[in-house]
Amino acid sequence: MSSLPARFKLAYKNFVLDIDLQLPSTGVTVLFGSSGSGKTTLLRCIAGLEQASSGYFAINGQCWQDSAKSIFIPTHQRNLGYVFQEANLFPHLSVQGNLQFGLKRQTQQTISATEYAELIALLGIDHLLNRHPDRLSGGEKQRVAIARALLLKPDLLLMDEPLAALDEQRKQEILPYLIQLHQHLSIPVIYVTHARQEVAQLADTLVLMEAGKVLASGNLTELFNRVDLSFAKDKAASSVWQGTLISHETNYHLSCVAIADQQLSLPLINAAIGTPLRIQIYARDVSITLTAPTATSILNILPAVVKAVNPTSNGQCSVHLQVGTQSLLAHITQKSAQQLNLTADLAVYVQIKGTSLLG
Amino acid sequence: MLSPADLETLWLTFKVASLSTFILLLIGTPLAWWLARTPSPAKGFLNALVSLPLVLPPTVLGFYLLILMGPQGALGKLSHFLGLGTLSFTFTGLVIASVLYSMPFVVQPLQTAFNNIAQQTLEAAATLRANPLNTFFSVVLPLSRPGFLTASILGFTHTVGEFGVVLMIGGNIPDKTRVVSVQIYNHVEALEYGQAHWLAACLLGFSFTVLVILYTVLKTPPQIQQLK
Repeated sequence: MSSLPARFKLAYKNFVLDIDLQLPSTGVTVLFGSSGSGKTTLLRCIAGLEQASSGYFAINGQCWQDSAKSIFIPTHQRNLGYVFQEANLFPHLSVQGNLQFGLKRQTQQTISATEYAELIALLGIDHLLNRHPDRLSGGEKQRVAIARALLLKPDLLLMDEPLAALDEQRKQEILPYLIQLHQHLSIPVIYVTHARQEVAQLADTLVLMEAGKVLASGNLTELFNRVDLSFAKDKAASSVWQGTLISHETNYHLSCVAIADQQLSLPLINAAIGTPLRIQIYARDVSITLTAPTATSILNILPAVVKAVNPTSNGQCSVHLQVGTQSLLAHITQKSAQQLNLTADLAVYVQIKGTSLLG
Repeated sequence: MLSPADLETLWLTFKVASLSTFILLLIGTPLAWWLARTPSPAKGFLNALVSLPLVLPPTVLGFYLLILMGPQGALGKLSHFLGLGTLSFTFTGLVIASVLYSMPFVVQPLQTAFNNIAQQTLEAAATLRANPLNTFFSVVLPLSRPGFLTASILGFTHTVGEFGVVLMIGGNIPDKTRVVSVQIYNHVEALEYGQAHWLAACLLGFSFTVLVILYTVLKTPPQIQQLK
């Protein structure tokens, strides 16, 4: 898998962006950080909306910026798609007009009528085409904005907190579309957010930013479970597993999901066998036993190996476990950890009380 | 009734105002765009310069223009060099003066309209493959249509109403520089109140109709306070 080198240096009055990253050329890369961490600025540098004083970015053999060679391709000549926090639809054009805006000017790619129809259907905007933007809900506007960007068949899709301006209900309305897109798109997506839930649902790769610098970057689960990062410590700490739906037990209202060499039972999932699924397991929902529990109501019991035990605050500790090839995080009390005498390399069993399906 | 001479002044006024408004839109659009978007410190200076005719007595503007356009003035020398002859007391001179005199009435509504277009809207256009010029014509212009309507109407009507500047640089030459406002003055001087009434009523009717259109058709009518 090739990667996209992104190097940018940019200084403002009270802020310096200094980035040297290898972005993956597939999947969703989430730039995560608090406001002011520079994630949006980095995205704007990649798009050319901001010109970094020193920078390098290339994709598919095309150099978009190389300050060493004084190359800076203006935004309108870059084959990208950009989705803003506000949908930014043109108010004087209908939905159709907005969708056509880029297509009329696009010279590098062509989209077939079938692809066009498919994308419109995927984003559920086929019934809105003749409306004007002021007659759309926030969620609908954002879906049109996403379609407008994707119709251009960009080499790269950049999304700047596309859900941040929406209320909770609209977010839940649009997230399924994003998750579907995630499965359909073959181009790399760079997604900026400060919402942890969106990270868990969408990210393949996570780039953690702070004060204009990259704090950590890597695979989502890896970063979620890393001891030195805040993810593993707070109440929302969780592990995210990528699996496949393998069978249904309709009489029990359960579905079975395989995650590499492991299997989990989940409440019945309304999807076809073979569907890829993403499952989130909160650290607070994982308990540990030394021997295989026999008489228990908990369905999901898996053998595991302790990798590390780290005390956090308030008498709690986070236990990093290896379950087959997957890593898993458990939050238990320090007292329990002591009583069980948990140390690295100890073979244990984990009981997973609850899982949530991320789509 | 209106005499043929009166009709002539009406026609001349219409010509001066239309031509000035047309030139003002050509010059004012890029100027207003620059003023609306630039972070340059020269912006304040230029804004003040454009707005000067709002506060300056027309006679002052007219006086300086008279000197500038005269044989010894910079503009006068330029026009001679270009073989255009003297500008003062000519139709051309009148149009140049009108353009300067009505400049703020065109530039300010345009500037307001351009200011109201979010930077992000322009950026969205750029991410949709539109180059800056393209963005201007396909996004900025349609979104500023009310601003252009206001600017055209105010520019036109303000030019129709000019008097002091005309008198200073245009004088009172029939068919060349004698506009309606000057003709009314002539009638009053000659105690032809009846004639003056007819012309004055024409201007009153015209101005009122235009303003009624402006305030009823446009959703956001211009505030004169805001202009001044």
